[in-house]
Amino acid sequence: MRVLLSGNEAVARGCYEHGVKVATAYPGTPSTEILENVVKYKDDIYCQWSPNEKVAFEVAMGAVFGGARTMTAMKHVGLNVAADPLMTSTSVGGDGGFIIVTADDPGMHSSQNEQDNRYYAKFAKIPLVEPSNSQEVKDFIGHALTISEEFGTPVLFRISTRISHAKSPVELGERVEVPLKDYEKDTSRRVVIPAHARRLHVKVEKRLKALAEYAETCPMNEIIEGDPKVGVISSGISYEYARDAFPDATFLKLGMSFPFPAGLAAEFCKRFDTVYIVEENEPFIEEQLRYNGITNIVGEEKIPVCGELNQRIIRDAVSGEDTSGEKANVPARPPVLCPGCPHRSTFFMLNRLGIGSTSDIGCYTLGVMPPLSGIDTCICMGASIGNSLGMEKARGRDFAKKMVAVIGDSTFVHSGITGLADVAYNKGATTVIILDNSITAMTGHQHHPGTGMTLMGEPTIKVDYLKLAGALGVKDAKKVDAYDVNAVKQAIKDAVATDEPTLLVMEGPCALLDRSTWGPALVVDWDKCTACGLCLRLGCPSISRDETGKAQINPLFCVGELCSMCAQVCPSNAISVPEKS
Amino acid sequence: MAGKTTNVFIAGVGGQGILLASEILSDVALAKGLDVKKSEVHGMAQRGGSVVSHVRFGDEVHSPVITAGEADLLVSFEKMEALRWVQAVAPGGKVIVNTQEIVPSGQEVYPKDIDSQMDQRAPGTLRIDALALAKEAGHIRAVNVVMLGAISHFLDFSEDEWKAAIEARVPKKTIEINTKAFELGRRAVAS
Repeated sequence: MRVLLSGNEAVARGCYEHGVKVATAYPGTPSTEILENVVKYKDDIYCQWSPNEKVAFEVAMGAVFGGARTMTAMKHVGLNVAADPLMTSTSVGGDGGFIIVTADDPGMHSSQNEQDNRYYAKFAKIPLVEPSNSQEVKDFIGHALTISEEFGTPVLFRISTRISHAKSPVELGERVEVPLKDYEKDTSRRVVIPAHARRLHVKVEKRLKALAEYAETCPMNEIIEGDPKVGVISSGISYEYARDAFPDATFLKLGMSFPFPAGLAAEFCKRFDTVYIVEENEPFIEEQLRYNGITNIVGEEKIPVCGELNQRIIRDAVSGEDTSGEKANVPARPPVLCPGCPHRSTFFMLNRLGIGSTSDIGCYTLGVMPPLSGIDTCICMGASIGNSLGMEKARGRDFAKKMVAVIGDSTFVHSGITGLADVAYNKGATTVIILDNSITAMTGHQHHPGTGMTLMGEPTIKVDYLKLAGALGVKDAKKVDAYDVNAVKQAIKDAVATDEPTLLVMEGPCALLDRSTWGPALVVDWDKCTACGLCLRLGCPSISRDETGKAQINPLFCVGELCSMCAQVCPSNAISVPEKS
Repeated sequence: MAGKTTNVFIAGVGGQGILLASEILSDVALAKGLDVKKSEVHGMAQRGGSVVSHVRFGDEVHSPVITAGEADLLVSFEKMEALRWVQAVAPGGKVIVNTQEIVPSGQEVYPKDIDSQMDQRAPGTLRIDALALAKEAGHIRAVNVVMLGAISHFLDFSEDEWKAAIEARVPKKTIEINTKAFELGRRAVAS
């Protein structure tokens, strides 16, 4: 049966068809839908969200030790979080087949950088598999698991946004059950004390050589014959762009690009005067070619390193023309906090109080946008708390009155707990604000240890942030109703006034979680409205000005009484919940 | 158009049903045995940002994205978004715009010169009031299927093929409204 699947759906289907038994992940665009689709096969595959990618990886490793075919998935920067177990997993080898999916984000559609995770395969000395479309994603999962088991190595499976979120046709197949490998204690492999690790390194190098030999004839690498004068080497989504840019060329398409098939590449390049190396972001393939003495190539000299590629960019890069066309002058339509978002009150008040914030990754990062303009920094998952402590230590204790840390509930569980421990342990005065909207929101509503539900659909424990804070030594900790704007203001004022660290948990469920809580739109009394513009400073998409400058609320967007922040802040009492008729 | 890839560039604002429209269009092409690729950037649907979906179909499709000057059809569910992507239109390509205006967050008023800029850049732009047609069909949420009706006029798939794809994707109790929406959109552009 032939269906259209996204790359993410194809990863899930590949796991199902090729006997995977355990799958772990932490949400992160563009990888999130992978596990959301694997769980559709929950009768055959156990799936879980872990608090972060490091734990997800370690759980996956445990499943591999347990003899199961296993997959863990993350976005590119997520692999940074999992890098510690990754770098040792390479030595351990053996046991169940192990696939690590990295979904990179060239062009940074929703990421803080566009790091090219192909280098992780080289760094960790594990094979790298790069499919180019959804059918290949599904098929290559099978190849990768076979390679993993035959050579005793985890495999890095690399996709990117335009593979994850693009749909293309896939022929579906049946699931093949793969029995669990037996568990036998083997400390020489699974305990990496130096004496063992030294031996294991030598084993890794031998394995790398064997894999390099395999790569030369690996069916995932193929030559597509075309014009004998024009040669192109490419991989991943770049290959598809290059096929459109050079429709008649002869291609060497690398599906397994590390260890590098140097012999195959050398034979290919001998056939042409010049070979174009088309790859998005880093010259990963180009470097391998040059390292192997193959120099009749043109790569990053012409192909841009920054941003994603497409067929036009490649064509223009080679021809020297610019066919990008002229963009019209149109106002931007930036993403902003949704109407009814509980985070709005915190940023509005921080702005009013003249307090800045070191912040973090999640929906609330959108608090950087004017008019809220409530954020000073955002670096990586969990950085907010450490950043705040660092600023205080550099500029003096009083600085903590002017700078707080703002972090989401999921991000806090991911990597904020250790930051909070640091504040208490190293005697900071930092105020930490957890914006608790009871879900991992930005990535599309996934559960985490604070929400009380597992991915498999079972009720479970909920982290108690106040008790946790107390246990870490932060005694001043309290909850605030995020929808009570005055309570939010008072809590922040009180918190920054104390000379000890404070945890504030601003509680308010994401407005999109339950639309049955929405009510009729609030209304503006134009007799009372003075056009002061204060409600507009909330930055709510429902509120705009009419031709006379007075506030108007769009009934298609406003969520009603559940929020009513605009009514609370209006100094003229001009906004109210409509009369029930 | 045999052999050549057809490129349909769909744009609009989050919440307008663009992704569902592009799913239905892709289904029609796939059912015809064509190679289909579609691509979008997720995450903006809830947050009022620009949404685009690229749908490409033909004998053999490689890139999943439509770049400048490649769109045979630029279809915008919102007035301003058509202008935002006008450079995507191929020479001889068609533009269909829903006249609905949605003020971007951060702007206080809707710009007045969108239509005149559009007529300069893409003369022959077809405009329809898909919101009014959706209301006529029975529900404002059917705007996206009205637009599919408009698109259908320019592609080589039969009405039955379209209707089968729509019925497979929309909730059962909305099939009648959506079928009417499709027909209204198709007729609006034909006239």
